[in-house]
Amino acid sequence: MPELPLSQPSQRSDASRLESGRPNSAGPIIDFAPDVSCLDVEGLSLAYGGKPALRDLTLRVPRHRVTAFIGPSGCGKSTLLRALNRLHDLNEAVSRQGSIRLEGQEIHAPEVAVDELRRRVGMVFQAPNPFPMSIYENVAFGLRLQGGLTRRRMNDIVEWALEAAALWDEVKDRLRASAWSLSIGQQQRLVIARTLAVRPEVLLLDEPASALDPISTLKIEELIRSLKSQLTLVLVTHNMQQAARVSDYTAFLHDGELVEYAPTASLFTNPRLARTENYITGRMA
Amino acid sequence: MSPAALTRRARLPRGEGAWAWLAAGSVALSLLLLGGLLTLIAVRGLAHFWPASVSLVELDDGQVFAGRAVRELPLPAADGASGGRERLYFTGNRDLDGHVWQWVEVDRIVESDRPRELVVMERLRHGDFIGRLVDVRPAGQTGARTAAGGEAAWAALQARLAAVDALRGERDDLQHGVIQPLVRRLEKDPGDGAAQRRLAETNERVRGLQESMRRDVVVLESADGRRLLLTLDEVLRAWRPNAMPLPEKIGAWSRGVWRFLSEGPRAANTAGGVWPAIFGTVLMVMLMSLLVTPFGVLAAVYLNEVAHQGRLTNWVRIAVRNLAGVPSIVYGVFGLGVFVYGIGGSLDEWFFSDELPSPTFGTGGLLWASLTLALLTLPVVIVATEEGLVRIPDHQREGALALGATRLEMLTRVVLPMAVPAMLTGVILAVARAAGEVAPLMLVGVAKLAPQVPVDGEFPFLHLDRKFMHLGYHVYDTAFHGDDIQAAMPVVYATALLLVLVVVVLNLTAIFLRHYFRARHGALSRH
Repeated sequence: MPELPLSQPSQRSDASRLESGRPNSAGPIIDFAPDVSCLDVEGLSLAYGGKPALRDLTLRVPRHRVTAFIGPSGCGKSTLLRALNRLHDLNEAVSRQGSIRLEGQEIHAPEVAVDELRRRVGMVFQAPNPFPMSIYENVAFGLRLQGGLTRRRMNDIVEWALEAAALWDEVKDRLRASAWSLSIGQQQRLVIARTLAVRPEVLLLDEPASALDPISTLKIEELIRSLKSQLTLVLVTHNMQQAARVSDYTAFLHDGELVEYAPTASLFTNPRLARTENYITGRMA
Repeated sequence: MSPAALTRRARLPRGEGAWAWLAAGSVALSLLLLGGLLTLIAVRGLAHFWPASVSLVELDDGQVFAGRAVRELPLPAADGASGGRERLYFTGNRDLDGHVWQWVEVDRIVESDRPRELVVMERLRHGDFIGRLVDVRPAGQTGARTAAGGEAAWAALQARLAAVDALRGERDDLQHGVIQPLVRRLEKDPGDGAAQRRLAETNERVRGLQESMRRDVVVLESADGRRLLLTLDEVLRAWRPNAMPLPEKIGAWSRGVWRFLSEGPRAANTAGGVWPAIFGTVLMVMLMSLLVTPFGVLAAVYLNEVAHQGRLTNWVRIAVRNLAGVPSIVYGVFGLGVFVYGIGGSLDEWFFSDELPSPTFGTGGLLWASLTLALLTLPVVIVATEEGLVRIPDHQREGALALGATRLEMLTRVVLPMAVPAMLTGVILAVARAAGEVAPLMLVGVAKLAPQVPVDGEFPFLHLDRKFMHLGYHVYDTAFHGDDIQAAMPVVYATALLLVLVVVVLNLTAIFLRHYFRARHGALSRH
């Protein structure tokens, strides 16, 4: 897979390039209009105990594509990701305005069951978090919650999910072993398999490779690319090369605001805003 | 600098040597105290069952007695000069002498030896006999005045005692297995003719057995020549400690230990065994664990997983921790007032009104004692479980939720299984606290003597309303409330040792369980 060339800081003055540090009052630069959107975020504002974390954010996530959220620490990209499957519900201090629609349906609507929503919008976390059970039971966990599956069907799904997560060949002989006996990289793929087993429509990945070694990271990235034919992926990452390698669209967030959102190739080669360029060239932490 | 000096420097950095010594010293002192305590209890307790040798002692004034030397003390010097030593003998024969202990100045002993023929006899009444065996013969027959201590008489005694033992076993079986159930049935239904007939028959058989046990008498002679006639049913065991080789003594010792563990108490708890107390202690602790675990775990789950983490929750948490420091007797008073008189009294009025005024649940009993101790140990379980819940990383909870689990499913399938070792830690601490607790039990259900254990073959099999015996209370009662505290001391030590052992066994069981659950969760150390 050839590396996408990152843009070099250039001195040329481009009409579309705006001043660094300019307040985003004119709204974000959005450089595409996805025809098939899976998730619609509209006017989303989120605050932790009165402290704003996301400000009036609007973006659309295209179906069956990989969308990456990038931005410096504390920019709100993980907060946005966790808002997409309502994990913030656990925290009483979080207040929210605005709407998020999954396939056109408002996820905060009273008739939406939050557990059903989270099944449809699966999530993989930064640190691998397999449950203290066998490998098989980890993958079967979500299936058992739904119930009503025969043992044979369950076995089939577990095998399919492990295959899809490129882990089957490594664990097929020890499905009864503790999941915690796997390496960290294998654990992360197990967690992905566990999430895939419940057949989500969207998979949220919160820095899924930041705890992994380079080879495991490569495997996860291959996995992400292979999965987009089946579902919509949203990736939060600190690693610009990773975003460039695996994503189709990239959103740059800063200070809880969406700054620029464009096809990955154009965002990295030709950022329209100076803030974006500063970040992707490493001038802004 | 030599390598040796380097390592020494590394172990005790300059200026910290004193602290290290102080810390190590306090650890050593604690271990020493603990070891000394256990050794004292073990030695004193286990020596009780040893068939110690018996001496025949003659004093300078011509007095002769037989007894077992117990201990020796220096005499208080009257006028500055050394006063010699004084020795305590256990002489038995309470019925002949009116006492069982004799202090003797060692200087006054003219002769002391250990003749083989001296017999020690454990009796139903008046404690041990120490002296000589003269004869065994059928009651009513006047035998010739034979010389004491014949081997033939000894062999005959052993044979007859075995026969009497068998008869006694048969009688006790009838008493527990037939008569007592019949009596209880007749209490409920006095008109049951068949039961009445069977009761009369059985009583007749028991009388017959008792007659056979009394058929023979044994003639005994004390060391100073006084004769004593005993019917054989009064004699439990007889042995000749001076004639026993070591293996036989070890055998007698282990049989003594077994009887102590398996039999009920006799002679106002100063003799016999402590089986009902062991059973009562273990049963009560187990019931307590069954009651406290669900409540404690639910409370901890509520505090840590459900409740809004605000000031009120913190206050509740502080209150729970402080409850662990409330003196246990306060819980006893609470149990007496609320459980026994309040709930128990109401239960009696509603369900057992035909038994009143004699209370069923309105008096201390197994259930109320277990509940009181469950209350006493509740804070321990809550605190331990909560600490376990706090240690479970949030990403485990989020992982379950992200798969579509409801909060209840997340709790029951991920969080609680991971917290099982912590819950067991709480139960271990609770058991350790509850098994040794005596003060509250005295108010809510422990009994000085309850030879019938609260579990039997009669419906409902587990009798929660019955009073029960407890090892801790048995220690207290035997040590302070007997007629002859000196004679009861070995029983006290043996019971105390047993109490320690019971607590250790209960704890080891819980620790083993915790280890099992930890191992089942695999390589926990990675996280």
